[in-house]
Amino acid sequence: MPDRSPMFDDLRDLYQDVILQHGRKPLHMHRLETFDATAKGDNPMCGDRVQVWVAYAPDGAIAETGFEARGCAISIASADLMVESVAGLKADAVRGLFAGFERMARSGTCPDCEPLLEPAMQRLKPLSGVHEYPSRVKCATLPWHALVAALDGEKEASSE
Amino acid sequence: MNVTTRPVLDVSAVRAQFPILTQTVRGKPLVFLDSAASAQKPRAVISAMVNAMETQYANVHRGLHWMSERTTEAYEAARDAVQGLLNAADRSEIVFTNSSTGSINLLAHSYGRGILKPGQAVLISGMEHHSNIVPWQMARDAHGIELRVANITDAGELDIADFEAKLADGKVGLVAMTHMSNVLGTYTPAERIVKIAHAHGARVMLDGSQAVVHRRVDVQALDCDFYVFTGHKLYGPNGIGVLYGKRELLEAMPPFLGGGDMISSVTYERSTWAEVPHKFEAGTPAIIEGIGLKAAIDWVQAIGFDSIAAHEARLTVHALARLSAIEGVRVIGHAQDRGGVVSFTLDQAHAHDIATLLDRQGIAVRAGQHCAEPLMRRLGLDSTARASFGIYTTSEEIDVLADTLVRVREFFA
Repeated sequence: MPDRSPMFDDLRDLYQDVILQHGRKPLHMHRLETFDATAKGDNPMCGDRVQVWVAYAPDGAIAETGFEARGCAISIASADLMVESVAGLKADAVRGLFAGFERMARSGTCPDCEPLLEPAMQRLKPLSGVHEYPSRVKCATLPWHALVAALDGEKEASSE
Repeated sequence: MNVTTRPVLDVSAVRAQFPILTQTVRGKPLVFLDSAASAQKPRAVISAMVNAMETQYANVHRGLHWMSERTTEAYEAARDAVQGLLNAADRSEIVFTNSSTGSINLLAHSYGRGILKPGQAVLISGMEHHSNIVPWQMARDAHGIELRVANITDAGELDIADFEAKLADGKVGLVAMTHMSNVLGTYTPAERIVKIAHAHGARVMLDGSQAVVHRRVDVQALDCDFYVFTGHKLYGPNGIGVLYGKRELLEAMPPFLGGGDMISSVTYERSTWAEVPHKFEAGTPAIIEGIGLKAAIDWVQAIGFDSIAAHEARLTVHALARLSAIEGVRVIGHAQDRGGVVSFTLDQAHAHDIATLLDRQGIAVRAGQHCAEPLMRRLGLDSTARASFGIYTTSEEIDVLADTLVRVREFFA
């Protein structure tokens, strides 16, 4: 890791090392060759774009997820962590996790959902700092909107 | 304080007139580099608006009492101020709207419906703000006219050859083009555009939202048919905009919004319209904002566009030199004739991340698509960061921006 300027020390709640790492070198930023569903998310206000591909296991759980995105460090890292947190989950569990994540992104915590959604919520926790930056919350949630749209059989995320 | 007699702009004297510039943001002095989105307001503007509300406010154009007469005088004096600012031939050529967007929509509805014929075309450029794209799409869909786009070059200038080619078949009834790009800082060659368009039988509207802040605009010298701008970028209030139009064109155009103030007489069978400009000014206007706009114009003119343009040209040269020297920074747009709006990208960081980090140092820039999605697509970009300068911007602020950008890049390296 390069030396970090102390100039931005008070931003480390937003740009934690995990975010910077996943933002710079995402592990899952690739399209799937074979997939069962895909959807796009678009934030025309800021130009962020994401597409998510999903492949299901025979039992209907998510076997593999991949994404392509153009956006800020927060949105890339969020997409990357999302892929890791939804592996093996069925659609309803993903929706529940997204609801919890969205609450955490907006308020910083999700006290009533954490016991249920551990350990996935733990993995997403580095993104909780976004709640102090209201204009950046949508950066973190855009990949989730695209994923849920794909699970719903939609081609485009409808919200945001 | 008198800044009018100084050949070189006394920036600290100017800054002293902007109360907001003494604010700190996140513990740092405010470095406001987002004037192209909306400019800050000098005390002269704030005081004029407060003073009007405290001492002489009533509705305009209808009262027979002292307050209404005084307010009408003050509001109509704003029309004279705009006439002077643009050097319009007649005060009746100045129509007040709520914004540049409002002005362009007025023109698109009225000129599109009443003057342009199905099969005729409107020609815009490849570097327009959404506000000079979408109203013409709506007019196209409503009135069967065609929308054409003149290309820009890789340097971010109007491609004059393509512009002429798009006019060649004589179908273009109106050219609607920015006078200065809000993304690239490019000044379009307005005089040349007008000459070429007129030679092909097309009228010309110039969107002066950015340009009117930085340069003296003379609509008679330009010979443009319409010119629009907004108050809030010119150190005035928001909620008031201007549509200048040559009188005979405005007279031929049907009204846009209907209501009070725009009529001559009303019966249930039919209504007749007031003379221009009132035909286009339905309802109670933005009275206080008009008074504020006059104060802004008076204030800017007292400083003088020669000083303003020279100051901002120095800032722009300095900013381009400083930003271009930073490893990984790419300045977007290299027009020969350009002003103090500088878009850039940074190889290690997305524009939003740049903006968030700069904000932590009290530096306000804009990041994103700048309401110009087709232009961003033409440039092959998703977003840029944009620093824009005003009359109160200093070289030291640009240095703070450049020094901080170096640290931003390190942060994301």
